[in-house]
Amino acid sequence: MKKLLFLLTCLFIVHAQAQEYFPTNTGVKTNKNNVAAFKNATIYITPTKILKKGTLLIKDGKVADVGRSVKIPKGAEIIDASNKTIYPSFIDIYTNFGVNKPKRAGNSSRSPQYDAGRTGYYWNDHVRPETDPVESFKFDNKKAKELLKAGFGVVNTHMPDGIVRGNGMLVSLNTNSNNAYRILNTNSAQYLSFSRSVQTRQSYPTSRMGAMALLRQMYLDAQWYASGNTKNKDLSLEALNNNKNLVQIFEAGNVLDVMRADKVGDEFGIQYTIVGGGDEFERIQDIKSTGANMIIPINYRKAYDVSNPLLAEQISLSDMRKWNQEPSNLAVLAKNGINFALTTHDLKSVNSFHKNLQKAILYGLDKTKALEALTTIPAQIIGESKIGNLQEGSYANFLITDGDIFDTKTILYENWVQGSRYSVNDMNISDITGTYSFVINGKNYQLEITGQDTKQKGTVKSGEEKIKSKFSFSDDWIQLTINEEGNFSRIVAQTSNNGLAGTIHYNDGSTGNWIAQKTANPNVEKEKKEKAKETTPELLPISYPNIGFGNFTQPKQETILIKNVTVWTSENQGVLKNTDVLLKDGKIAKIGKNLSERRARIIDGTGKHLTAGIIDEHSHIATSAVNESGHNSTAEVSIEDVVNPNDINIYRNLAGGVTSIQILHGSANPIGGRSAIIKLKWGENAENLIYKNTPKFIKFALGENVKQSNWGDNQTVRFPQTRMGVEQVYVDYFQRAKEYDALKKSGNPYRKDIELEVLAEILNKERFITCHSYVQSEINMLMKVAERFNFNINTFTHILEGYKVADKMKKHGVGGSTFSDWWAYKYEVNDAIPYNAAIMHNAGITVAINSDDREMSRRLNQEAAKIVKYGGLSEVEAWNMVTINPAKLLHLDKRTGSIKEGKDADVVLWSDHPLSIYAKAEKTIIEGKIYFDIEEDKEKRKAVKEERAKLINMMLNEKMNGGKVQAPKKKVSKNFTCDTEEI
Amino acid sequence: MKKLYIHILILFFVTSNIIAQQTPAPTQKKDFAIIGATAHIGNGKVIENSLILVKEGKLATVADARLVKIDLSKIETINATGKHVYPGLIALNASLGLAEVDAVRASVDVDEIGSMLPHIRSLIAYNAESKVVESMRPNGVLQAEITPRGGTISGTASVMQLDAWNWEDAAIKVDHGIHMNWPGAFTRGRWWLGEDPALKPDKNYAKNVESVTIFFKEAKRYLASDKELKNLPYEATKGLFDGSQKLFIHVSGQKEITDAITTAKNLGINNIVIVHGNDAEKVADLLLKHNIPVVIDRAHRVPNNEDDDYDLSYRTAKILMDKGITVAIGVEGQMERMNTRNLPFYAGTYAAYGVDKEKALQMITGNAATVLGIDSFTGTLEAGKDATFFISEGDALDMRTNILTHAFIQGRKISLETHQTKLWKRYSNKLKEN
Repeated sequence: MKKLLFLLTCLFIVHAQAQEYFPTNTGVKTNKNNVAAFKNATIYITPTKILKKGTLLIKDGKVADVGRSVKIPKGAEIIDASNKTIYPSFIDIYTNFGVNKPKRAGNSSRSPQYDAGRTGYYWNDHVRPETDPVESFKFDNKKAKELLKAGFGVVNTHMPDGIVRGNGMLVSLNTNSNNAYRILNTNSAQYLSFSRSVQTRQSYPTSRMGAMALLRQMYLDAQWYASGNTKNKDLSLEALNNNKNLVQIFEAGNVLDVMRADKVGDEFGIQYTIVGGGDEFERIQDIKSTGANMIIPINYRKAYDVSNPLLAEQISLSDMRKWNQEPSNLAVLAKNGINFALTTHDLKSVNSFHKNLQKAILYGLDKTKALEALTTIPAQIIGESKIGNLQEGSYANFLITDGDIFDTKTILYENWVQGSRYSVNDMNISDITGTYSFVINGKNYQLEITGQDTKQKGTVKSGEEKIKSKFSFSDDWIQLTINEEGNFSRIVAQTSNNGLAGTIHYNDGSTGNWIAQKTANPNVEKEKKEKAKETTPELLPISYPNIGFGNFTQPKQETILIKNVTVWTSENQGVLKNTDVLLKDGKIAKIGKNLSERRARIIDGTGKHLTAGIIDEHSHIATSAVNESGHNSTAEVSIEDVVNPNDINIYRNLAGGVTSIQILHGSANPIGGRSAIIKLKWGENAENLIYKNTPKFIKFALGENVKQSNWGDNQTVRFPQTRMGVEQVYVDYFQRAKEYDALKKSGNPYRKDIELEVLAEILNKERFITCHSYVQSEINMLMKVAERFNFNINTFTHILEGYKVADKMKKHGVGGSTFSDWWAYKYEVNDAIPYNAAIMHNAGITVAINSDDREMSRRLNQEAAKIVKYGGLSEVEAWNMVTINPAKLLHLDKRTGSIKEGKDADVVLWSDHPLSIYAKAEKTIIEGKIYFDIEEDKEKRKAVKEERAKLINMMLNEKMNGGKVQAPKKKVSKNFTCDTEEI
Repeated sequence: MKKLYIHILILFFVTSNIIAQQTPAPTQKKDFAIIGATAHIGNGKVIENSLILVKEGKLATVADARLVKIDLSKIETINATGKHVYPGLIALNASLGLAEVDAVRASVDVDEIGSMLPHIRSLIAYNAESKVVESMRPNGVLQAEITPRGGTISGTASVMQLDAWNWEDAAIKVDHGIHMNWPGAFTRGRWWLGEDPALKPDKNYAKNVESVTIFFKEAKRYLASDKELKNLPYEATKGLFDGSQKLFIHVSGQKEITDAITTAKNLGINNIVIVHGNDAEKVADLLLKHNIPVVIDRAHRVPNNEDDDYDLSYRTAKILMDKGITVAIGVEGQMERMNTRNLPFYAGTYAAYGVDKEKALQMITGNAATVLGIDSFTGTLEAGKDATFFISEGDALDMRTNILTHAFIQGRKISLETHQTKLWKRYSNKLKEN
């Protein structure tokens, strides 16, 4: 039996397409006439080139001709396609069709793995450009049929694993053929992402910024390898170089990552085609600025089930808003002229593709654009001119429908791929809908048939009385059983001029002729009504960022005159009473008495205090990542790559009077990553938050974190595990950086190494170190290492035992940025004392008070006040520790940190003495723009409440009207600190 | 300003010469009086220009200096004109002395294994010699409820004063209450198993509540039996049913708080305190009906939800007080032991966001004592109560002015020295000499 099956399979395949030079052992060689002509159809040759009453001639899987007057060769199969529309079949260029994601690498050891698990390849297992999907490709018949039903004819597939994933493969979904014909191109693209490979446990990269750094170094190494300078064989880099000229498809998945991917590409002259996440509408100008071709999924979230108000409270406004706005994404992309293709890749079921697309059209997506996004654009992206259109010579991949493909009522009959027919719905089924009347045994009956195609359904009535009956319709025949109280009559019939005709089998076994007269046509009014229901839904406006308290319009730069206020200058003048301050063109223009300025917004500061904006030297808010812990040195990573402008803590910090922060890398390794120094310009994108001409900083760390003391018993394999080892990490890296820099300056060829470049910047005094530090021994050590390499440490952050070596610090010239009163959370902070800041200050060190905590950062004024309590510094000295002192430590003191004419207008108006626990920030101004206003905040609260109520109503409506809903979920945000580990 | 610094430095040197660091103060031998200070009673009232007379460890007189006539010629007096006197602050739901260094497991005795542990007692693990405990005193935190953590029924708590040789000396109320964690109605997916980490309703909620009910029902049946075979956990719940102990239920959310109160009442447990109590304002009527106080969390925390008002966590006290609920402040949270010394500033923040300053103080004095059932002998500056109080240069709820000159526990003048002040002085001297 098995043998027979095998034989049958062979026969089928051979019959379908006999490969010309293959021997035949199952019969005689046959040649099939593969010519067909589709006449009288509306033909979309391309989305914009439409032919009415045209003929499509196909031959041997290709379009032989298309036009009004096509010469049809003899023997061709002729198909009457009048009232039918023919479209090119769709293309999805982001799939893993037929390629299974590999299994996760097992955990044979509990200890982390730092080195690569393979040899002969790149040093990082997550880089796998040599992967060829052909090796594991298995045509997936089931999936192919799903895609065919959705109208797809060709897909590009790849191995969805790793940061560099290897080449793509273009496959046609021809279920009647074999791989010899289906595989159109085995080198159609190269795929990349930010996600780690599951086939390895290698630690690096643990973070998004690590993945970005890895990509950069990989490109540099590939160039070095291509120039023949490498002694070893590297199959990964060879493959990468070979695939260089292919289209590079990058899976990003959300707006922030789209921007990050594009940034990396731009640095190496590569324009990625980027797979987005469907949230592009939230920052459409940014998306536009990439100039990238996009591949967009259309997977909309379901409404949340908000019927339980207690659960509904847990859903964030941003999540609810996304439900409302997501369907507008494609329309927004199209309106902004962004070139995009569509993908089914994140849909649970391909079946929902059309419904979602129709929704997008309802929300304003132009139908031509929709068709282009499924045909010509993906074809153009992948560089294959023979798909996505029906020009002569193109693949005969096309759809036959009864009308507009994007209309909900339209039926897709057939999907032809490479000239091979796949029937989705039988094209020849008659429409028998309507009302018919007939008589059985003298009784009058009415049969009403509704629905479409094979799904046409019939119900029987007699007058008003409903009659039990069973109806079915297939192969153009109806079967009807009527049950009159156990008396069954069975009917089989077909359409016959304006009615139905057939035979009836009575209860007693006798038979007769049966005829039904059509008395009414289908009820069109009802359908119209249904259509009218689909009015354009209400779309809520987008804010920046698109969460509660986001800005619907960005604040404008104003000329502001603050009158009669107590000014804490953070300069030598100290505190000035009853003073006026003028802010103009984003700068502090004038400080004095009785100032006036035409057209300035006047703010009465009577009884209030004006200070420079607070600067937090050590923050971890507004970032998507903190630690890259995959190596003991990660100077190559930068927080600037992962700034997250959508963090509500930006707004909350503004409400605490903070205007500038340094977002530091965490303390997972002795040499951490580079900082991002930003202003809290709420609503701006990541790039605009970062200081222009920003000072260059890098985070170092000492102590328990870098030696992984508190990470559990399995974390004992990474060097260093002791403070002794930490010193050697530094000496080693600085020595290498020194040698690297010397080689680079010598003019001889060198392998560009980002990590060593950054370290060389430190040696060349172009980049400054902020070092996480606790106990005196290690503090002393790092200063000695720096002195040995002839540079200075700029800042010790935390520096909890700074008071023990304040004299040495003063001599070295390093500043201290510390907590006011934290201690006792680790062994190394046993001797941390709240008098630390005062002692260091008294020793002549520039001291700042920092937060390292999203909660404390919004009341740093209170933390400064503690320095008055602990150690008895003056209030002015204490206040300087959160303004001008951190500005000095960050080399920003020429620009901000005090109230001085000419500096940036970064100021805060307080309701009370700024060191008092009773003080509230009333206005927080950055460069003359009011980013926080306590009065506007009240309006925002009201707006949040109203919008929540509105969305809840909309969702309730959705549920009542039968829409699908999902259980409420609460967005969980992480509190990042130095110690935050990411997996 | 430099002068002030030196002044304070001298002050500390002088103080430290009188009483050695860490050594608990001896019993009060002589009467003494504080005159001229603004006395914050801890019940909402203030006496400007007060006279406070201390005898045998108790407050003998607390009155307006202009209204009482007492011969002070023979007793030691402290002139505190321009200064402020406060009752010793009481930290609720604290774990002081149960752990020294958070990251050093060997030093942590906070959370016993198991889930129904009323027999576990914080009292005996309390480290009277803890360096963290002594660091409370310079900020005015002089008494604390020491609470075991974890499990469903975490254990039995006791109240300590923070200047003692050992736990027996320290205890001012032994085993006053049992703390329990009410089952959560929400659960997070385990992201490390690939589950969605978002918060969603816990399907096991009802089952978990039932297991609590069953435990207490069985305990009650056991207590009514002849107890032939002793059952330690059940035995430990006795006080809940006879009214001598309070049940502190850690619970948040409208539904959960309601369930917790209803369940406890049905079981015959009448002395209930709600701890954390997010959303308690939504069940205010129920709380008022049964006269149940709420121990809210520290003000210094971020709001729970992304689109909460930025100051929502600062306004919790105001919101509950407006409903007439009795409010006190607990200190549980991240790095809570060392942070417990910031208790006055939690109250200060609540004051900044709508609560009257004296009412804010009351949350960490009078109300805290009521919650613990120790209000008969401490918590306010009222005659007959323990002489546990401190003198501050200014408003003790504001870090800017919380500068202590004296502190007393049961009339004993305690040291304001700590491990930290010792290091301050040592290294200040070292730097001066260099």
